[in-house]
Amino acid sequence: MPLQPVKFYQTGTFTVGNRLLAPEERSVQANMQRTNSLNSGHRACQGCGEALGARYAIDAAMNASNRQLIAANATGCLEVFSTPYPETSWQIPWIHSLFGNTAAVATGIAAAIKIKKQKGQGGDVRVVAQGGDGGTTDIGFGCLSGMFERNDDVLYICYDNGGYMNTGVQRSSATPAAARTATTMPLGPEPGNPFGQGKFVPAIAMAHEIPYVATATVADLRDLEHKITKAMGMRGARYIHILVPCPLGWGTASQDTIHLARLAKETGIFPVFGAEYGELKTALAIRRQLPVEDYLRPQKRFAHLFGKSPAVATIARIQALADKNIRKYGLLDREGSR
Amino acid sequence: MLKQCEGSHAVAEAVALCRPEVICAYPISPQTHIVEGLGEMCKSGELHDCEFINVESEFAAMSVAIGSSATGARTYTATASQGLLFMVEAVYNASGLGLPIVMTVANRAIGAPINIWNDHSDSLSQRDCGWIQLFAETNQEALDLHIQAFKLAEELSLPVMVCMDGFILTHAYERVDMPTQAQVDAFLPPYEPRQVLDPAEPVSIGAMVGPEAFMEVRYLAHAKQMQALERIPQLAEEFKAVFGRDIGGLTHTYRGEGAETMVVAMGSVLGTIKDVVDEMRDAGHKIGVLGITSFRPFPLDAVGAALKNCKRFVVLEKSLAVGIGGIVATNVRMAVTGMGLKGYTVVAGLGGRAITKKSLYGLFEKAGRSELAPLTFLDLDWEVVNRQLERERQTRRSGPAAESMLRDLGTVASKIA
Amino acid sequence: MDKPFAITLNPGSSLANHTGSWRTSRPVYVDRLPPCNAACPAGENIQGWLFHAESGDYEKAWRVLVENNPMPAIMGRVCYHPCETGCNRQHLDDAVGINSVERFLGDEAIKRGWKFDKPGRSSGKRVLVVGAGPSGLSAAYHLARLGHAVEIHEAGPLAGGMMRFGIPKYRLPREVLDAEVGRILELGVVLRLDTKVDNIAESMKAGKFDAAFLAVGAHIGKRAYIPAGDATKIIDAVSVLRSMEGEEKPLLGRRVVIYGGGNTAIDVARTAKRLGASESIIVYRRTREKMPAHDFEVEEALQEGVMMKWLSTIKQAGEGNITIEKMVLDDKGFPQSTGEFETLEADSVVLALGQDVDLSLLEGVPGLEINDGVVQVGDNMMTGSDGIFAGGDMVPSERTVTVGVGHGKKASYHIDAWLRGETYVAPPKAEIAGFERLNTWYYSEAPHTMRPMLNIIRRQSTFDEVLGGLDETNAQFEARRCLSCGNCFECDNCYGVCPDNAVIKLGPGKRFEFNYDYCKGCGMCVAECPCGAIKTVEEEI
Repeated sequence: MPLQPVKFYQTGTFTVGNRLLAPEERSVQANMQRTNSLNSGHRACQGCGEALGARYAIDAAMNASNRQLIAANATGCLEVFSTPYPETSWQIPWIHSLFGNTAAVATGIAAAIKIKKQKGQGGDVRVVAQGGDGGTTDIGFGCLSGMFERNDDVLYICYDNGGYMNTGVQRSSATPAAARTATTMPLGPEPGNPFGQGKFVPAIAMAHEIPYVATATVADLRDLEHKITKAMGMRGARYIHILVPCPLGWGTASQDTIHLARLAKETGIFPVFGAEYGELKTALAIRRQLPVEDYLRPQKRFAHLFGKSPAVATIARIQALADKNIRKYGLLDREGSR
Repeated sequence: MLKQCEGSHAVAEAVALCRPEVICAYPISPQTHIVEGLGEMCKSGELHDCEFINVESEFAAMSVAIGSSATGARTYTATASQGLLFMVEAVYNASGLGLPIVMTVANRAIGAPINIWNDHSDSLSQRDCGWIQLFAETNQEALDLHIQAFKLAEELSLPVMVCMDGFILTHAYERVDMPTQAQVDAFLPPYEPRQVLDPAEPVSIGAMVGPEAFMEVRYLAHAKQMQALERIPQLAEEFKAVFGRDIGGLTHTYRGEGAETMVVAMGSVLGTIKDVVDEMRDAGHKIGVLGITSFRPFPLDAVGAALKNCKRFVVLEKSLAVGIGGIVATNVRMAVTGMGLKGYTVVAGLGGRAITKKSLYGLFEKAGRSELAPLTFLDLDWEVVNRQLERERQTRRSGPAAESMLRDLGTVASKIA
Repeated sequence: MDKPFAITLNPGSSLANHTGSWRTSRPVYVDRLPPCNAACPAGENIQGWLFHAESGDYEKAWRVLVENNPMPAIMGRVCYHPCETGCNRQHLDDAVGINSVERFLGDEAIKRGWKFDKPGRSSGKRVLVVGAGPSGLSAAYHLARLGHAVEIHEAGPLAGGMMRFGIPKYRLPREVLDAEVGRILELGVVLRLDTKVDNIAESMKAGKFDAAFLAVGAHIGKRAYIPAGDATKIIDAVSVLRSMEGEEKPLLGRRVVIYGGGNTAIDVARTAKRLGASESIIVYRRTREKMPAHDFEVEEALQEGVMMKWLSTIKQAGEGNITIEKMVLDDKGFPQSTGEFETLEADSVVLALGQDVDLSLLEGVPGLEINDGVVQVGDNMMTGSDGIFAGGDMVPSERTVTVGVGHGKKASYHIDAWLRGETYVAPPKAEIAGFERLNTWYYSEAPHTMRPMLNIIRRQSTFDEVLGGLDETNAQFEARRCLSCGNCFECDNCYGVCPDNAVIKLGPGKRFEFNYDYCKGCGMCVAECPCGAIKTVEEEI
C-alpha cells in the first residue's frame, strides 16, 4: 500500500492561517504582529473589499520591506474612508495628493528616497502607490504609464471594484460589460455598460515590459501576498491589480465579498496571473470551474440579466469573455499554476 | 563671478548651486533651456546627488515634485503657459499640503490662440493658488530670486514660483554675477522639512478636511503668506549681506521722489519703463516707477506707501482679466483704497506684442495730463478689431476671429482666397 | 514634527472612531456539535481528538480520546464507526477514516506505554461492576477516574466479554485487548475472574458495595427449531466463537452452513474458512441489502471465499446435508415461502440468530422490569432497583461494543451523581454542524487513505489481523482530512478576512475574540469560516 506522497495540511494555503504550517510558511495576515497598516475605525462600508485588499497588500508590503514603506494614495473611497480629518487609519507614512497623479507622486517619493540614500541620509525605504480603478485606469492612467515607462522604483497597486463607487457608482473603464452603473443604466437596446469598451490595464502594463505585472483577488490571500512579496523583492516599476468586490456598487451582500471575488476567478471572468518583463509567467488555475452565471446572478448590477426573460444572449457573451480569458491565460492548465 | 550667459542658463546654474535633490521636467517653450541646462549638469555629474526625471506631463512634473518634497527632498521644476495650466490641480495641491517646491515660470501667453510669446497670463491665472509669486526684472534678479526662493519656501513650508519673462529674459544673453557655491551654502541651509514621509515617524499627509476645519486651514494658508510679507524683505537684507546685491524684497521704487505719476509694473518691462521715465524726468515730468517683485503675497502696505504721495498711477500689466480689465491693477487699487488717487490700467504686451519706448512715452504723457482712459490696451489695432466686430454683428457665423483678423492684416491673405 | 493643521494626521488615530455602532447584527463564536461526535455511541469528542492528531500531538489526542473511551485500540478495530457515516467530508470526497486514526492512536498508546491519569481524590464509595465486557470495563474505568473503588466480577476465565469470546482474532488481536484491559486495571480496578454473580443483592451486601453496574452481556445463543437427524451437527455461533479462545478448536467439518445474516454470522463464516472449511455458506432468509451485517464485512467475507445463499431458510437438517427453502420478499420486505426446495451438503450448521441474556443474577431483586429478555433501565441507566444500574447488551439497545462502552460511561456519570445524592444532568447538546454550515472551499483536496489489507491467501488460512493500521504519516494525513465541523481549528480566516481588524487573535490554542468596538457586522467572518464556528446574532436596537 503506497503512502500518500503529497504533503497535506488540511486547508493548505487556502485559509488565512494554518497552524499546521511552519511559522515561516504562514501568511502575513495570520501573524499576530501584522502591522494592520489600515487600522480599525476606518469608515469603509460593511464588507468593503477595498479595505480588506488594502490591508492585505500593504501589510504584505510592510512585511516584505521590513516596515520601511511609504504609500501614495489616489483620491477615492480608500482615501476618503481612511483619512477624514481628524482621524487616519493608516499606520504607515502615507500621502494623498490628487485623483490622477498617484503614480507620479510615488515617483517623486522614490526619487527623494534614492537621493537621501545616496547621500547617506536615509535607508532603503520602498514606495507603493495605490488607487481605485478610476484613479488608475482612467484619470491616473497618464501618470501610471509615465511611471511604467521610466521604470521608476514603485509598486503600483490598483484596487479594482469596477467603477467610481465613491462618487455614487458611475462607470469607469474597468466597469465590466453589461453592468449597471449610475451612468450605464439598464435601459434601451443595450442595457448596462456596453460590450466592446473598457480596458484591462494589467495587459497594458505588460505592454510596458516592466519587471512585474500581476493580478490578484481578495479571495486568494496567499496568492496576493506572494505577489506583493515577489514584487517587493524586485526593483523598478511593478503593477498589481487586485479585484475587490464592492457591496455598494455591485449590489451584493456584505458577507459575500470574498465569495464573489472567488467566483470571479473560478468563472474565469477575472484572470489571476503573473507576468515578468511583458511575458506571462504564471496563472492561478481555476480550481472548481463555474459558469459566469453563478458570478453574475448574486449581483444587483446584473439583475437586469435575470428578469422574467433572462438575457441568455448577453450572458452567453459574458461567458465568451470568460472563456477567452481561460484560453488566453491558460486558466484551466494546472501545470501552469504556481 | 561675472559671466555672460543666457538667462535660462543663469537660472539653471543658480538652481544647481541651491543643491536641489529632485528636478522634474517636461519641456515647454520658453522654459526648455533651464531644464535642459539642469539635465545636462545632472548627467555630467556637475550637479550630483540630484535625481533628474523626465516626466510625461506638467501634471506629472508637479506631482513628482509633491512626492519628492513630501519625502524631504529639495525639489525644483519649471514650466510655462499651457504647462502651468495643465498642472494647476497639482499646483494648488502642493501649496495646500505646504510643500516648499520652487518652480520657475517662464512667463508666456495662454491659448487659444496658441502663442509661445511672453506675457503674464499664466502666472497671474494662478494668483490664488496659494504659492508665493516673485517676478524678476532682470536675469540677475531671476538668478538671485531662485536662491532666495528656496530659503523662503523651506522656512515657511510654502511653494514659491519665480516668474521670469519668457524669451525676453530666458533667452536673453546678459552679464550676470554668478554666486559661488560657498556663498549659496552660507545663505541657504540644508532643507529641514516641516513634515516628512518617514517610516520612523509615520504621518498621514493630505487628509480630507470637512466644513468643521476647512475655513481654518484656508485662513492658515493666508496667515502664512502674511508671514512671508515680513520675511521677504528680511531675506533680501540677508541676501545682500552675503552676496552684496540688493535683490528681492517686496517692491522697488525708482525715481519716486516727488513723482506725481507713478507707473506700476512687474517683470522685465520695468527696464523699458525705467528708460522712458529717465527720459521723461529729463524732460521735467514728475514721474516715477514702482516695481512689484512679490505679487503673492501682495504687499498692500508697501504699495500703498510707495504711491501715497503721487497724484495718479498707471498700472502697466502683461495680463488681462477678460471682462474686467487688469489683474495687477485691481490689486494695486486695493492698496491705495481711500487715498483719492487716480488709477489707470494699461494692458500691454500680450502674447509678446512689443512694448516700445515710444508708445510708453506717449502713454505716460497722456496719463500725466489725466487724459488716459481708465482701461487702455496699448498699441491695439483698432481697425482690425472694429472690422471683426462689425463682421460678427452682420453674420452669425463669421468664421474664426483670429484667422479673419490675420486676413485683414494681410498676413495670410495671399494664401486664402 | 510640526504638522500642518488638519491636513496631516497622526497614525492610527481612527481608533477613536468606534465603528461598532454601525452594526445591526454581530458575529459570535460557537462550538457546534460535529456530526461525528453526535453519531458516536460512546460519546467520543472525535473532532476534539483529531484536532491534536492533526498537529502530530498524538499523546494529547489520545488523552482527549480516552476521556470518553478507554479502549481506542480496540475501538479502532471493532467499532462500526457510525461517526464516519455522519462525517460531513463524505459530501466532499470520502468520510474521514476516523476509525483508522483511532486505532493508530490506540496502538501508539500501547507502543509508547501511555498510562491513564491517576484518579484524584477517593470518594470512599464502592461500586460493583458485573461483567468485564466493553460496557463493564468502560464503567469501571470511568468510575475509577471519578474516585470510586471499583471491583469487577467476571464469570468467565478472562476479561473482555464479547470482545474476547465473540470477535475473532483476525479482527481483534488478543494482545491489543489485553493491553487495553490491563491499562484500565492499573487504575486500581479490582478484577475477579471466574466469579459469577448469582445474586446481585447478596454480592453487593457481601462486598459492601454502594452501587452496582450490571453488564453481563448476551451470551446465550438463540436457537431455532430445525428438524434434524442425530448425525447433523447443529451448534450456536456464540459457542463456536467462544471455543476459539479455548485449547480445543471447534470441529465444524469441511462444509459449514451458517444460518443468520448478522455480523456474528459473518464472523463464524470467516472463522470456519480459516479453520479449513472448504465451503463456508451463509444462509439468510432475506437479501444482501436487508442483511444486518455491515456491508464491508460481507464484502471481506466474500473476498475470502465465503458463499451466501440469499432468500433461503433451513427447513431440515439431514445427514451431511440440509434442505433449504427459497423465499421471496413481499411488498413489505418480509420473506415468504415459495415451496421450492434445495439441498445443500453440510457437515455442520451454525446458528447465528442472535443472543439472549442470562438474567439469573437478578432473581429476587425487587422493582426490576424485564421485557423481551432484557432489563429495562431509565434515562439514567438505573434499573427499577435503587442503586443497581445496567448497560450493554443486557439492556434494550443496539448490541455493539461501542454502544456498550457508551453505556458504561453514561452509567458511571449517573452512578457518581447518585452516590452523592444528586442527579447528573448532561450538558445541553449544541446544534449539529451540518454540511450546509461549512465553507468547504478552504479544504484541500485529499482522498481517503486506504488501510493496508492482508493478502488473501493469509486471510483464508490464518487468524492474522486482516486490516492493517496506518503509519504515522498516513494517520496524520487522515486526521488532517477532518473538517473540524462546528469547532474552531484556528485557521485564522476570521482574523484575516475582517476588513475592520475587529478580530483579535489570542494566540495558539486560545482562539479569537471579536472586538465589537469596531466590528461593523458585515458577516464576512461568518461566511468565510470553513467550519461553521461563527454564527450571526441580531443586535437589539
